[in-house]
Amino acid sequence: MTLTIRDLCVARGGLPVLEGLNFSLAPGQALILRGPNGSGKTTLLRTLAGLQPPLSGEIIAGEDQIAYAAHSDGLKAMLTVAENLTFWADVFGQRDIETAIDAFSLDPLRDRLAGTLSAGQKRRLGLARMLITGRPIWMLDEPTVSLDVDAVALFASAVRAHLGAGGAALIATHIDLGLEAEVLDVTPFRAAHDARLGASDEAFL
Amino acid sequence: MKALLRRDLILAIRAGGGFGLGLAFFLIVTVLVPFGVGPQSELLSRIAPGILWLGALLACLLSLDRLLALDWEDGTLDLLATSPLPLEAALSIKALAHWITTGLPLVLAAPVFGVLLSLPQPGYFWLVISLVLGTPALSVIGTFGAALTVGVKRGGLLMSLLVLPLYVPTLIFGAEVARRGAEGMQTTTPLLMLAGITLGVIAIMPFASAVALRVNLR
Repeated sequence: MTLTIRDLCVARGGLPVLEGLNFSLAPGQALILRGPNGSGKTTLLRTLAGLQPPLSGEIIAGEDQIAYAAHSDGLKAMLTVAENLTFWADVFGQRDIETAIDAFSLDPLRDRLAGTLSAGQKRRLGLARMLITGRPIWMLDEPTVSLDVDAVALFASAVRAHLGAGGAALIATHIDLGLEAEVLDVTPFRAAHDARLGASDEAFL
Repeated sequence: MKALLRRDLILAIRAGGGFGLGLAFFLIVTVLVPFGVGPQSELLSRIAPGILWLGALLACLLSLDRLLALDWEDGTLDLLATSPLPLEAALSIKALAHWITTGLPLVLAAPVFGVLLSLPQPGYFWLVISLVLGTPALSVIGTFGAALTVGVKRGGLLMSLLVLPLYVPTLIFGAEVARRGAEGMQTTTPLLMLAGITLGVIAIMPFASAVALRVNLR
């Protein structure tokens, strides 16, 4: 299980935003993505997760390896915490939701409707979903938004446990999680704006 | 797949799920038509199959813009697209859930509402048969429309315009089955056409919906 990226160019709305990306992610390794707003971190993560095709370059990863957590958590307000997690466990063919509930100390909230949770609690529930997917490579987009200090510590220890179990993580974040991880600043890879490779795609969007 | 179906059904039934919206609209149409047309029961019973079919179709259309929009807004569609479930299967399941919560209640309520329009007695059986065969096509085609317009702000109008022409064949043959049944004529030909259309769209449309949705998720 490794993720390798060769000379990747990703585009948003038909315009290339990042180009010439090369890196690889081995089991047990975490990579932190940094860069100013609008620099293409989310676009890169969405491309790697398979939600959009790259403009050029190669993504080498096994089938069904990547679990993706977006800005929004995909929670249903009218389902309880446990029902939300059970749904994703069923979709990913897993059984156990208790590990995830313990890891993010959601036990007291178990029977609350997700719609009545606070922003930070919703985020914890959204992150608990990553444990449930059972997939080795985590792609996390600003995972610590609206988390308090304790919850960030919970999240960091969940990531550490995941890495310890042979997983890998690619995290776009601005805060220091206290992980022993490499940092990749995407700013130098910003695509030149005259490279309108993707413009021909516009007609099909 | 069972999990997605169960979740969609639970969400539809719990408060704010919009279960019964189509049914209420269907009731309003069938209650108001006799007031508009006047108390001539021969005229009513002649137009009843068409009105019932039209009411069912519009009731179905009414609930379509919620079909994918809610999952789009809270990010569930992104996460479903990266899950092991093929998008084609997920959309078929969502169409099935839409049919169970919208189409099936219409089928069950249609005979009762038929009384309000003094539908001739032999017509009830054929009305139910035609709706059972026809409404799944409405849900599947509607899912395609929803997939095409997901992410478009106020996409409901655009979707209605895109979907309506695709609904025409189902409406023509469905209403024809009910009309012929009500007048005691042979119904085999339109019935076979209706069933053919439904089976065809169930087989093909999920693939088209999945392609449209993938483009919209980019």
